Amino acid sequence: MSPYHLDLSRMLAVVLLLSVFVSAARAEDDDDEDEKRTPVATNALWKAECGSCHVAFPPRLLPAASWRAVMNGLDKHFGTDASLDAAETREIGAFLEQNAGRERRSSFGKPLLRITETRWFIREHDEVPSSTWKNPKVKNAANCAACHTQAENGDYRERNIRVPK
Amino acid sequence: MIRMVHVLVLVYVAVTGLSSLSARAQTPDGLLAAIASEAKSADPSFRAFSPERGARFYAQTHGKELSCASCHSTDPAAPGRHAKSGKSIQALAPAANADRFTDAAKVGKWFKRNCSDVLDRVCTPQEKGDLLAYLITIRK
Repeated sequence: MSPYHLDLSRMLAVVLLLSVFVSAARAEDDDDEDEKRTPVATNALWKAECGSCHVAFPPRLLPAASWRAVMNGLDKHFGTDASLDAAETREIGAFLEQNAGRERRSSFGKPLLRITETRWFIREHDEVPSSTWKNPKVKNAANCAACHTQAENGDYRERNIRVPK
Repeated sequence: MIRMVHVLVLVYVAVTGLSSLSARAQTPDGLLAAIASEAKSADPSFRAFSPERGARFYAQTHGKELSCASCHSTDPAAPGRHAKSGKSIQALAPAANADRFTDAAKVGKWFKRNCSDVLDRVCTPQEKGDLLAYLITIRK
C-alpha cells in the first residue's frame, strides 16, 4: 500500500469515529425530554402571516378540519380581522392541512378552533398555576413565547421554558 | 425600417424603465402621494393631509374597544404590544423602523384589517393619509 493510501484510510477512520461520537451526542441530547422531536414543518408565508399577531402556531396542534374552519373565518378571527387574499389563503390553508395533527374523537361535531381547548393542551399545562396565567407578562394562553422562549422557532422543548416571575 | 427599430427600442426602454420603477422598494413619501391621488379622486374638494388630525386619529378610539395606540403604543416610535395576544410589535413610525410603509400591498392589507378592528369599517383616503402624514413627522 502506498503512503498516500495509508493516509487516506487513516483519515477515513478518523471521520467515521467522529461521526459516531457526534451522533451519540445527538442521541443523548434527545432523550432528556418526553416530547418527540419531529422535524418542524415550515412555510415562509405561513410564518409571516400567522406569526404577525401571535406565534405562528405549529400545524400539528390542530386537525385538518379545525384549520379549514379557521381559514374560512379569517375576517372574524377571534375578534380581529386577519383576512388574507385568495392566493395566500390557499397556500397557507394547504400547508396547515398537509401538516395537521390527527383527527381526534373529541373533535367530532364542531371542529375545535382554539388550541388551548384541546385535551392535549390542557393535559400538557395542568401543572401551570393560575397565578402564572394571570401574570401580565403572560396575559393570554395564546402567548406561547411568554414561557416557551424558543416558540418563534417552533421549539417548545421543556429545557427552553422559562416561566416569568 | 430604421424608424421602426427606433420605435421598438423606445418601447423597450419605456417598458423596462417602468418595470424597474415598480420593482424598486416603495417609500413612505411615495405611498403618501399615492393616497393623496386616491383622496383627490374620492373627493374633488380634497386639499391636503393633516398630521395633527392624524395624531388625534391615532390616539383616540372610534366607537370600539381598541385604538391604533392600543397595540402600536402611545408613542409610534416605540415598540408596541398586541392588545389581545400580548405579542410584541415593532415600532410603526418609519423613523424608528425603516421597513414600515415600504410595501404598498402590505400597507393595504393592514389598513383593511386594522380599520375593521378599530372603526368597524374601511378607512377613508383622508384618514389613511392624515395618519401616514403624522407618522412621517415623528422623529426618534
